[in-house]
Amino acid sequence: MNKLTNFISPLIALVIIFIIWEFLVNILSVPLYILPSPSDIFLSLINNLNELLLATLNTLKITLVAFIIATILAISLAVTFSLSKILEISLYPITVIFQVTPVVAVAPLILIWVGLDNAETAIIILSVIVAFFPVLANTNLGFHSVDKNLKEMFIINKASKWQVLTKLNLPFATPYILTGMKTSIGLALIGAVVAEFVAGTGTSTGLSWIIIESGNRLDIAKLFSALVLLVLLGVFLFLLMSSIEYNILKRWHQSAKDTEG
Amino acid sequence: MLRFSNIHMKFDKEILSNINLEVKKGEFLSILGPSGSGKSTLLRLASKILDPSKGTVEYKDQREPLIGFVFQEPTLMPWRDVLSNVVLPIEIKNKKNQLTKDYALEWIERVGLKGKENSYPDELSGGQKMRVSIARSLVQGCDLLLLDEPFSALDEVTRRRLEDDLLQIWEKEKFTVLFVTHSVSEAIYLSQRIIVLSSGPAEIIHEGHINYQGSKKDFLESREFQEINNNIYEKLEKGIRE
Repeated sequence: MNKLTNFISPLIALVIIFIIWEFLVNILSVPLYILPSPSDIFLSLINNLNELLLATLNTLKITLVAFIIATILAISLAVTFSLSKILEISLYPITVIFQVTPVVAVAPLILIWVGLDNAETAIIILSVIVAFFPVLANTNLGFHSVDKNLKEMFIINKASKWQVLTKLNLPFATPYILTGMKTSIGLALIGAVVAEFVAGTGTSTGLSWIIIESGNRLDIAKLFSALVLLVLLGVFLFLLMSSIEYNILKRWHQSAKDTEG
Repeated sequence: MLRFSNIHMKFDKEILSNINLEVKKGEFLSILGPSGSGKSTLLRLASKILDPSKGTVEYKDQREPLIGFVFQEPTLMPWRDVLSNVVLPIEIKNKKNQLTKDYALEWIERVGLKGKENSYPDELSGGQKMRVSIARSLVQGCDLLLLDEPFSALDEVTRRRLEDDLLQIWEKEKFTVLFVTHSVSEAIYLSQRIIVLSSGPAEIIHEGHINYQGSKKDFLESREFQEINNNIYEKLEKGIRE
């Protein structure tokens, strides 16, 4: 199987699914408010393109801001843990709270604290909470996986803590950090969407708001077109992160070389 | 150069017991012993990565000798090319400049890797990686070179080539070498002196000098080599406590 086959096969499968879907909706006369056909969804997408693109950009903006904040916070905390064992033992179990608490459960609290007028800030905070942990856990794992002999070599050469961090720990943990970021960027999007749902109608302008509004109006074709854009956004973000990961690791890490093969 | 006095080392159980050993400046000393006998621990004590549970490790001639450590694995940084790996000890001491880069390039050439400066470790063979590791440990000017079974994972031919190259460099630079190995013949071939440790808690059970004056090739084929080999093997066998 060559690369072209790998790329084309799922596309052909998708086209076939759309054809069957279109055919069944028409032949069974399924009402538009239950399940629109792919062509209805496409038409709705064209008709509402400006509004949908604006909402997509808004969701993308919130996702990226949350993802960047989560990544910086998580790496900084992991670095702090690597410098102080006692801080790691004390704080790491507490950070697990972020991982196990459902974002929907804390959303009302964050909204109250930030204020309903600042729904976008609340959404970013909630998205950060969701996206934060995978980067922290993976960076921490990366730091703990540093080759023992390499550490000893740095000790023999009397390296400072800063040199150990910048010349050994961070480069060694890079593949781990990137894996965490790849998970985290998807979670940031999920966090942004869920938080927007919880924030409620009229408070924000992302894709979730379109989904809620279209659902209320039984404009299912528009709802589906927002959903399609959401899926495309998720795929785009994943591919973006995969491409960044590949370009950083391609010269020296096996995972990137396997991707090439 | 280096003196171990009444060394005891205990982790979960006692590893080393009453080790007394003096290593002379410029000497090539090999340490033989069964697995788990604390040979590697002795090297870590020599480099002061570890402190002994009892006893002292002293550097006699200089307070802080420049130490190079070659591990069993090449222990290269996969994200750095050959040149950046070799130059690392100098970089850590914040002395990196054009001169040190030239010096690193010279060492890369001396270990037979000219033209591989920009290759990544993943693109090198096991023997080439070990050559990079040796160049890295010598690049800053080494007083004491510690080698922990460096050639054990290599094939016979590569191993012999690296042994000869190491000897050639040592004869020119005259740094002190502590060489840990499982191979009796390797220890005899390379060293001026050999100590044999018993199984844990390890004690020095034998010490022998190699005084052959001819070429290494002749020595390898000589009867003397075989006799020393048999003698040390016997000592090793006795030292393994069932």
